[in-house]
Amino acid sequence: MNLRAVWTLYRFEMTRMRRTLIQSVVSPVLSTSLYFVVFGAAIGSRITHMDGISYGAFIVPGLIMLTLLTNSVMNASFAIYFPKFTGTIYELLTAPVSSLEAVLSYVGAAATKSVILGLIILATASLFVPLQIVHPVWMSLFLLLTSVTFSLLGFIIGIWADNFEKLSVVPTLILTPLAFLGGSFYSIKMLPPVWQTVSLFNPVVYLVSGFRWSFYGSGDVSIGMSLGMTLLFLFLCLAVVYWIFRTGYRLKS
Amino acid sequence: MTTNRATHAGGDEIISISHLSKTYNSGYQALKDVGLQIRKGEIFALLGPNGAGKTTLISIICGLVRPSGGRVLVGGYDIAREYRRTRAMIGLVPQELTVDVFISPWTTASLSRGLFGKPPNPAYIEKVLKDLSLWEKRDNHIMTLSGGMKRRVLIAKALAHEPDILFLDEPTAGVDVELRREMWQLVRQLRETGVTIILTTHYIEEAEDMADRIGVIHRGELVVVEEKTELMRKLGKKQLTLNLQAPIEHLPSGLEAYNLSLAADGSELLYTYDARAEATGIAALLGDLHEAGIHLSDLNTKQSSLEDIFVNLVEDRA
Repeated sequence: MNLRAVWTLYRFEMTRMRRTLIQSVVSPVLSTSLYFVVFGAAIGSRITHMDGISYGAFIVPGLIMLTLLTNSVMNASFAIYFPKFTGTIYELLTAPVSSLEAVLSYVGAAATKSVILGLIILATASLFVPLQIVHPVWMSLFLLLTSVTFSLLGFIIGIWADNFEKLSVVPTLILTPLAFLGGSFYSIKMLPPVWQTVSLFNPVVYLVSGFRWSFYGSGDVSIGMSLGMTLLFLFLCLAVVYWIFRTGYRLKS
Repeated sequence: MTTNRATHAGGDEIISISHLSKTYNSGYQALKDVGLQIRKGEIFALLGPNGAGKTTLISIICGLVRPSGGRVLVGGYDIAREYRRTRAMIGLVPQELTVDVFISPWTTASLSRGLFGKPPNPAYIEKVLKDLSLWEKRDNHIMTLSGGMKRRVLIAKALAHEPDILFLDEPTAGVDVELRREMWQLVRQLRETGVTIILTTHYIEEAEDMADRIGVIHRGELVVVEEKTELMRKLGKKQLTLNLQAPIEHLPSGLEAYNLSLAADGSELLYTYDARAEATGIAALLGDLHEAGIHLSDLNTKQSSLEDIFVNLVEDRA
C-alpha cells in the first residue's frame, strides 16, 4: 500500500482547508449560528419543549447533521471535481496509487473536515443553549459514520459531475430538502400519520434521529434502525465507488 | 507481493509494446496493432499529425487510457498487473498546462514526489527547481508565472520522483525560442543522467536536433521506426542545384530521362535524386549536359530535412 501517497494527498487536502478557512469553517459556523439565533432564540422562545428538551437544544443535533451532510458532500465532490476540471487529475491517475488509496485520501480528508466542523458547531451551540450528551460514544460514531458516508456520496457526485451545475444540483436540490424535511427542526412525531410514513423514506430522518438519540436518549426511530440505515447507505456508497474505479467511469477512456 | 517481470532477449529495452490497439467508445480506432521497443537511455521522438495516436499511445503507457488489446511492459513489468512498479518509473509532462495554480512550485513538486511514494527530499526538489530556473519563484503562486514557467513547473513535477523514463507530450508547444533551446538542453542533461526520454512533437527540428530514434505514427499505425541518422539516410532525398552560365527556356531534348526542373527564370536546373540509390546519375547527367552545350557556373546539393521525410511518409499513406 502506498501509504505515503495517501498521507500526501490527505495532507494536501487538509492544507486546502486551511487556505480556504473562511469558506471551509467560518461560513458554516456563521450560518449555523444564524440558525440558532432565528430558530433557537427568536422562534424557539415561543415553543415550549420538545420531548422534554428546550427547542434550542432540540435542534442542535439536527443542525450539526445538516452541516455535516452538506459540507461532507461539498468538500469531497469539489476535491475530486476540481482536479478533473483543471486536468490535474492526470497526476493521480498516472501515480502508483490504487483506487482504495485515492478514496482513503479524498474521503478521509473530507470526512475529517466535516468532523472538525461538527465539533466546532457543537462548541458554538453550547454557547447558545445548555447541552447534554447522554451517549458520547454513539454521538462520535454517528458523527464519523455520517461524515464518511456523505463524503463518499460527495466523491461519487464529483466523479459524475461534468460541470459546476451538476456539482451543485444534488446538494441543492436533493440533500438540502431532505435535510430540512428529515426532522432537523422538528420531530416527525409532530406530523400527521401519512407524512410520518412518507418521512420514513427520507434517509436523513434516521441520521438525525440516531444523532439526537445520542444527545438526549430519545429519537424518532429506534437506534438500531438508525444505525442500520446509516450503514446501509455507507455500503451503497462504497459499492458505487468500487464500481467507478473498476470501470474507470468518467475517469479513464 | 508476486511480480510478473518478463525477461527479454535484448535486455536493453525499457519499454516493450506489442500488438497494442485502442478503440474508443465512439468507435474511433486510435491505435492499430502497434509494436514498439524503447531502449534504455535513448531519446525517442514520436512524430505524427494531429489525431495520429501519439497522445493515446503515451496515455496508455502512463495509465491514463485503457488499451483495447495488446501488452505493454515497462522495465519488464506489465502496466496493468504491476502498475505500481511501472508508474513509479515514469514521469509524464502533459501537453496541456494542467497544474493547480493556487499553490507554489515547491508545494506542487513536493506533492508529486509524495504521490509517487517517495520520502521527502528537499535537497533534490531544490536541485530540480534550480535546474529549471524556478528556484527564485519557488514560493510564488503558479498563477503568477508565465506560460513558459508553468511548463517548467510541469517538468519539475514529472521529475520530482526521480523517474527512469520521462514522457514529454509536446513539451515546447507555445514556448518561445529561447526557452525551447533551454528545454532541449535540459532534455540532453537528463539523458546524460540515464533517463530515457520519449517525446512527441510537432516541431520536426526538435526531433531532428535531439532524438536518437524516431517513430512516425499515422492514423494509429507506426509507419516507421528508425535511427534518426539511418532514417534520414534511407528516406532522405537530395537535390542538386546546377547554376547555369546562361539561362535556358526549355530543357534540351535527350534529358527527359532525368528528374529535372527549371528554376530561377531558367538560370538553375534542379535535379532530385534518391540518396539510397547505388547510382545517383549525377555523373551521367553532367556528361549529358555538357554534350547538350549547357555550361555550369556553380552547383550545390541539399539534404531533405526530417520534415520533408515526415511529410512524404504521411502523404504516401494518405
